[in-house]
Amino acid sequence: MGLTNPATEYSGDDGTTVSSVSPNWVTTRLDFLTNWARSNSLWPMPFGTACCAIEFMATAASRFDLARFGMERMSFSPRQADVFICAGRVPFKLAPVLRRIWDQMPQPKWAISMGACASTGNIFDNYSMVQGIDTLIPVDVYVPGCPPRPEGLIYGIRLLQKKIMGESLADDMLRDEHPVSPSGLYLPPDRVDELSEPFGNSVHQTRST
Amino acid sequence: MTAPLSPSVEPLRQTFGDAVTRHVVSCGDTIVYVERDRAHDVLAWLKTAPGQTFDFLTDVTAVEYRDPERPLEVVWQLRSLARKADLRVKTELEKTGPLEVRSVTDLWRGADWLEREVYDMFGITFAGHPDLRRILMWETYAEGHPLRKDFPLRGHFSRAEQTRQALAANPEAHYSMEELSIAEAYDEIPADMRERLARGERGFLR
Repeated sequence: MGLTNPATEYSGDDGTTVSSVSPNWVTTRLDFLTNWARSNSLWPMPFGTACCAIEFMATAASRFDLARFGMERMSFSPRQADVFICAGRVPFKLAPVLRRIWDQMPQPKWAISMGACASTGNIFDNYSMVQGIDTLIPVDVYVPGCPPRPEGLIYGIRLLQKKIMGESLADDMLRDEHPVSPSGLYLPPDRVDELSEPFGNSVHQTRST
Repeated sequence: MTAPLSPSVEPLRQTFGDAVTRHVVSCGDTIVYVERDRAHDVLAWLKTAPGQTFDFLTDVTAVEYRDPERPLEVVWQLRSLARKADLRVKTELEKTGPLEVRSVTDLWRGADWLEREVYDMFGITFAGHPDLRRILMWETYAEGHPLRKDFPLRGHFSRAEQTRQALAANPEAHYSMEELSIAEAYDEIPADMRERLARGERGFLR
């Protein structure tokens, strides 16, 4: 348990987990109970910035209904939230705010990047937009779409629930905080550049670097 | 179909003569080109003259054309609310000379933020503006002026550097006394923020 920093200690997939508790039948039952409780009562922190926020509201409303997944209690205070849903494009000016909200959420916390803008920057590949919030915070589930259909967002939430069900108390590093490193970045700079590389149509539509 | 010429053009030419270099009618809008040094006088006259009364400043913006030899243009879009009339006033700024023009905040208070946006995006300074600083980009943005044609689409710095500078910003440092104009809120802000406001501190990179 503790702080690990991807910007300085990023080593890709490791495979080994450190555990202070030897897994046994009791821990698997505890795991099941904890994970079932957590996944079915996720309180979202709706970080809605743009159009995806409207679609998120539609998903929460009566026709599609997030209440059946235990998510009807939106928590606009990050201190009481479990899952950070970034719905909408994020300009660089908003980046420190987003990071601060994420840091204010206590563990256990997960992040859903809703929509193409939050996942990769979408069509806004320019001087002012963050090219995917995974350059700022660790993301668990990406939901593609512009905006994603409510069914798409619900699929992403169900994926997150399955991910949570697969977690284990024996995994000590699972709930580590990954703060911004002293260098000022969450990820190493070459990784940020790699994630922000233009792709798809953006590659042909550039008149400059 | 002949587009109607705004009735303000003739009185303008009579009052200012050579300062009005030319006028154009485009898509139903009348555009008047004036010389940069007389622009403020022209706009003041347009606002106050009895037959003109362009009391609403719809927009202040700027244009840089793809042809690099054409000068930058500053555009004032005016409207007379009583007469329901529009007029567009433009002045040309040579790129080789100083990109400066007189501010119209003394005529229309709304020009405050509009001119800040033009400064932020084009680098055109407005002499006499009470608080000329960036408005869309953060105050310490160092890459330049984004809507200029020589500004690359994705900015000058690498994505990593942009992210680093963005994360280093302090969002709470960006309030000015003018923006915190809600008097009640002034008493509720924390003491150190009140101090910062009193010192006139602007945003800074930590």
